[in-house]
Amino acid sequence: MELFFEIILGVVSLALILSFIRFIKGPTASDRVVALDTMSVTFISVLVLLGHMFNRFIYIDVSLVYAVLGFIGVLIIARYLEGGI
Amino acid sequence: MNIFTVILVVIGAIFMIVAAIYAISRKDLLVATIATSIISLVLSVFFFILQAPDVALTEATIGVALTTIIFVVTIRNTKRHEEEEE
Amino acid sequence: METILEILGVIFISIGAAFLLLGSIGILRMPDVYSRLQAGTKASTLGTLGMLLGIGFFEPAWFLKIFIIMIFVILSNPISSHSIARGSCRSGIKPKLKETVNAYRDAMESCEESIKKDDK
Repeated sequence: MELFFEIILGVVSLALILSFIRFIKGPTASDRVVALDTMSVTFISVLVLLGHMFNRFIYIDVSLVYAVLGFIGVLIIARYLEGGI
Repeated sequence: MNIFTVILVVIGAIFMIVAAIYAISRKDLLVATIATSIISLVLSVFFFILQAPDVALTEATIGVALTTIIFVVTIRNTKRHEEEEE
Repeated sequence: METILEILGVIFISIGAAFLLLGSIGILRMPDVYSRLQAGTKASTLGTLGMLLGIGFFEPAWFLKIFIIMIFVILSNPISSHSIARGSCRSGIKPKLKETVNAYRDAMESCEESIKKDDK
């Protein structure tokens, strides 16, 4: 069962690499914000997976904070692109 | 520490270095702000792997939310594109 | 009983990782920002939910906190994607494919016309 979680971690790392390539290439700022949003959601599942692999209950709190606060940065950049704030 | 965790750490280190070079070489300051946000995102995962969840909590709060808000408000009050040097 | 929970966990974690990978491929391959948004946020939301549910099957004592994380992901991810789409539309980015229906622009024009009527 250890090997299964390691292979899942490898697949998710591949997903992170593909999102980061879009961050490097993206022609406008909106594409980069989309890549940041996807990476931020992917890191939530990476943190929960690592917490299960290290077998510590308290590590889930970091993922909870990400889920609560992670979208505020994306929200404020999108409000700036709109012209408001 | 097994092999795929090592691969995740190496990928994260490459992300941080490339995003830092990107942040200091762009003329568009909003893109530099997004790159700074990615750096603190990966750094928080590094603190998590090094068994320090309280530091990771603080890094996630400050780096993702607070720094981005302060930089974007500053860009709004000044200007977005950096000027070419003579 | 535990083997059934572990089999369910393996199935859900595999579905979640597959959807995360497909969402990232969609981000890399789609032509313009709106279809990238479509591929990125929806597929990654489903992938994260599947993965959290699978780990909740593996560790039943953690399930309450994982359920709270799932509720926050469901609430916060559509808000951010809607906000990015609205910001891109207002900052003047055109879709690459041929535009047939633009409901947002029509709504804005009718809103401005009604404001002008009220002023007169």
